Amino acid sequence: MSEKRILIELRAPKHDAASRIAARYDNKPDALLEILHDLQHEVGYVPEAALPVLANALNLSRAEVHGVVTFYHDFRRKPAGRHVVKVCKAEACQSVAGNELVAAAEKSLNIKFGETTPNGAVTLEAVYCLGLCATAPAILVDERPVGRVSPEKFKAIAAELAS
Amino acid sequence: MIKVYVPKDSSARAMGADEIVDAINAEAAAQEIDIVIVRNGSRGLAWLEPLVEVETPKGRIAFGPVSAADVKSLFGSKFYESSSHPLSLGVTDELPFLKNQERLTFARCGITDPLSIADYTSHGGFAGLTKSLNMKGSDIVAEVTNSGLRGRGGAGFPTGIKWKTVHDAKASQKYVCCNADEGDSGSFADRMVMEGDPFMLIEGMTIAGIAVGASMGYIYIRSEYPDAISTMKDAIRIATTANWLGNNIQGSAHSFSLEVRRGAGAYICGEETSMLESLEGKRGMVRPKPPIPALQGLFGMPTIINNVLSFAAVPYVMAEGSEAYKNCGMGRSRGTLPFQLAGNIKQGGLVEKAFGITLRELVEDFGGGTATGRPVRAIQVGGPLGSYLPVSQLDLPMDYETFAANGAMVGHGGVVVFDDSVDMARQARFAMEFCSIESCGKCTPCRIGSTRGVETIDKIVADVERQKNLALLDDLCQTMTDGSLCAMGGLTPMPVQSALKHFPEDFNRPAKMFAAE
Repeated sequence: MSEKRILIELRAPKHDAASRIAARYDNKPDALLEILHDLQHEVGYVPEAALPVLANALNLSRAEVHGVVTFYHDFRRKPAGRHVVKVCKAEACQSVAGNELVAAAEKSLNIKFGETTPNGAVTLEAVYCLGLCATAPAILVDERPVGRVSPEKFKAIAAELAS
Repeated sequence: MIKVYVPKDSSARAMGADEIVDAINAEAAAQEIDIVIVRNGSRGLAWLEPLVEVETPKGRIAFGPVSAADVKSLFGSKFYESSSHPLSLGVTDELPFLKNQERLTFARCGITDPLSIADYTSHGGFAGLTKSLNMKGSDIVAEVTNSGLRGRGGAGFPTGIKWKTVHDAKASQKYVCCNADEGDSGSFADRMVMEGDPFMLIEGMTIAGIAVGASMGYIYIRSEYPDAISTMKDAIRIATTANWLGNNIQGSAHSFSLEVRRGAGAYICGEETSMLESLEGKRGMVRPKPPIPALQGLFGMPTIINNVLSFAAVPYVMAEGSEAYKNCGMGRSRGTLPFQLAGNIKQGGLVEKAFGITLRELVEDFGGGTATGRPVRAIQVGGPLGSYLPVSQLDLPMDYETFAANGAMVGHGGVVVFDDSVDMARQARFAMEFCSIESCGKCTPCRIGSTRGVETIDKIVADVERQKNLALLDDLCQTMTDGSLCAMGGLTPMPVQSALKHFPEDFNRPAKMFAAE
C-alpha cells in the first residue's frame, strides 16, 4: 500500500455523456429521470461513474441521485444485452396463459428474469402491463410491441434475436 | 387516389400492422395503383386488429384481422373497390360492437389521422377550447362542475371541485398535470387516446390551464408506452407550431405550454403524490395528505392532477355543454366511461358507454364471452387493486356507488375476464406479490404487509394451520386497509378478500405448493 489514499476526491469527476445530457436539460434537477433515460439509451445502462457527475451538475447529493436510480425498475446498473425483451406478467396476460409464456420465456432463453444470455444477445425483463391487454399475452421486443405471444411464437422470436 | 387506413395504435402494431403497411405499399407499387395509407388510431376492436379500412362512397369498409400474408389476396380481390374478400367486415360504422356504443370521448379515435390538425378541427376538435378562450376561468370551472364529470383515473373525485380549489388558490405559478401512468392491467384507454387522438388531451389540459390560470402543464407517461410518448411529443410540437399551445393561443391573452415526462417503470407513480415526486425528479415516494395537491402540488404550487380520460372528456363538455354530458349516466355517475374489455375475452377492446351498463352486457353482449370458449369464472374490474367478481354479480350496473356498495370498484373501467381454469388463490397471492414489488416503501402496512401477505397465502394453500392463517390474513388485510398511506396498500386487500369471499374453495384444496416464480 505505497500509493496515496484519496479520502476526498476534489477534482470534478468526468463522464462526458452524463454531463452533456444534463446540459441538454439545463442541468435542472427535476429532469433527472429524463436525463437518466437518455443516458441509458445512449450508453446502454447507468454507469456508476455517471452518478457523481449528475449530482454535481444538478446540484444534488450523490445519495439523492443514487436513490432515484435504484428506485425505478427501468434503470440498469450494468450493461444489457443487444436486445431487451420485456414480458408482461400482469393479470390480463395471466388470464390467457401468461404464466405459461413466462415459463417458456425463461426456458427458451435458458436464463431467469433479470438476466442476460451468455452471448450477450438478449436480456429478459418482467414488465407489469404494456396496455396490450386485449391482445394478450404481450411482450415488448426492444421498443416493438408483440401481441398474442404463444410459447411457440416466443421461441421463434428468441431464436431470431439470439442469432 | 385510394385512401387506406392501417392503425398505428400499438395494439395493431403488436399484431403486425407495420408489416401490412409495407406489404400494401409494395403491392400497390408493383400494380401501379395509387394508394395512400393513413396511420390512424385504433377503432377499438382489438380482436380484429390489424383492422384495415378502405374509404369508399358507402363509407369506410373494414377488413380484419389482416396479416401481411393476406395482402396479396386482398389485392387479388381488388379490396380497394370491392368488399368480396373473406376478411371483409362491411361498413365499419355498422359493426354492432361500434354501433351500440355511445362514443363522446372516443368519437374521433381511429377515424382521423392522429397528428393532423386539419382532421382534428374538421371533426369538432378545438371547438371547446375556442369557446373557453373567451370565457372567464370561473365560468369554465362551473361548466365542468355542472357536467358531473368525476375523475376517470379510478377515485371518481368530482373534477369541477378539484378545479375550483386550484382556481381559488392564490399563487404566482400553478400547474396542470396529466396522470398518464396507466399501470393497471386491463386498462388501455389512456394509451389509445394518446396514440389515437392526442390533440384531445392537449385541448382538455389547455382548457384546464385557462380555467385555473396555469401556464404550464406536464404529461407524465409511463415508459412502457413508447408509442404514446412519441405521438404525444409530436402532437405537442405540431400544436405549438399551429399556436394551439404556447404564447397567446390563437391570438388570445392566454398562454399554455406542455411537456411530456417519462416515468421509469414504477407502478406507484400512478398515485398522484408519488407522480408529483417523480415529476420533480425524485424517488416516487407517496406524500402524506394534507396538504392536497390542489393547494400544494408540483413544486409546492397549486396543481390540477387529472387522468387522461378526465381531461379528454372536457373538450366535449365545453363544446356541447355540460347538460349534454350530464344527460347520460346513472345516479351520481354522469356521462360515459370508456370501458376496456381485456384478458380472456373473445371480442376485447374499447367500449364507451354511459354509466349504468351492466357487467353482463359488457362481457357477454360486447365481449362475446371468453376467448377460450370456457365458462367465465371471475372478472377483475378496476385494475390490480380492484375486486374479483363472481358470475353471480354480472348484473351489477357500472356505477361508482353501486360497485362500492358491493365491495368492488369501477376504477378506470378496465374489465379483465378469467375462465374456469383460473386459480383464485394464485390470483390473490399475485395481488400481494405485486404490492410487495411495487410498494414505494414509505409506510409499513404496505411495505411489510404485502410480503407477509404472500407468505400467509402460501401457508393457507399449503394447509399449514389453515384456519389460523386465514384469520391472520383477514387481520393483515384490515391493517393494510386502515393503515396504509395511499391506495396501493389500502386497496391491495380488495382483490385478496374478494377472492377469499367469492372463491373460498380455491383456498381449501388439499395442500399444494406454488411453483417458484
